[in-house]
Amino acid sequence: MQVQPLVRVQAADFDVAAETQRLTTGRKDVGALVTFTGLCRDEAGTLEALELEHYPGMAEAELTRIAVEAAGRWPLTGLSVIHRFGKIAPGENIVLVVAASAHRRAAFEAADFLMDFLKTRAPFWKKEHLVSGAGGTWVDTKAGDEKDAARWSSS
Amino acid sequence: MNIRYFAWVRERVGVEEETIEVPGGVKTVADLISHLKTLDGNHAAAFEEEDAIRVALDQLHVEADTDLGDAREVAFFPPMTGG
Repeated sequence: MQVQPLVRVQAADFDVAAETQRLTTGRKDVGALVTFTGLCRDEAGTLEALELEHYPGMAEAELTRIAVEAAGRWPLTGLSVIHRFGKIAPGENIVLVVAASAHRRAAFEAADFLMDFLKTRAPFWKKEHLVSGAGGTWVDTKAGDEKDAARWSSS
Repeated sequence: MNIRYFAWVRERVGVEEETIEVPGGVKTVADLISHLKTLDGNHAAAFEEEDAIRVALDQLHVEADTDLGDAREVAFFPPMTGG
């Protein structure tokens, strides 16, 4: 039977260790666990924080649709996705995906798939606030993101 | 019909949410955008780069040629940049 993914959209930080334990504690059928954590990055020393705006309701619904599709494509034993919103400083967590399965390939691919579609379809938007105090700028999409998502439709 | 805006679309329109009366001739998302553009300068500016704007009907992604049908909520926003 297909697993029911856990999806959370929250302002608070998440605990990666607690989330991985959630998918492994008390089970003996999990042979592979992949976690992906996306962090707020500041390459030039100019970023004060990212502000993550989201569409409440649709953000949860869209993440659930993507996660359910992943759970249908790969034989997973567990799948969790947590996305934060609000102001996030460089070095802080933004997003977490945890995929568990009997064998590694399913967990790797499911986590990769989930992130590719999250990037292009989950209603979140990043605005950069700079140390200089200059007015916020909305982050542009990357051309590569659509290509990454398109990789999964060829099969 | 309840309309919601996000990110720079919201900033350009100047409100997060509004309820508008949809004129009879408005059938599709594209028709609605054309109508919204006529409301005032803010709406016109928000929808200037029409191809850059994404749409959700009742919290599902749709294309501009989709019929509004009996949708209760339409949302307009830029391409997504989460993750």
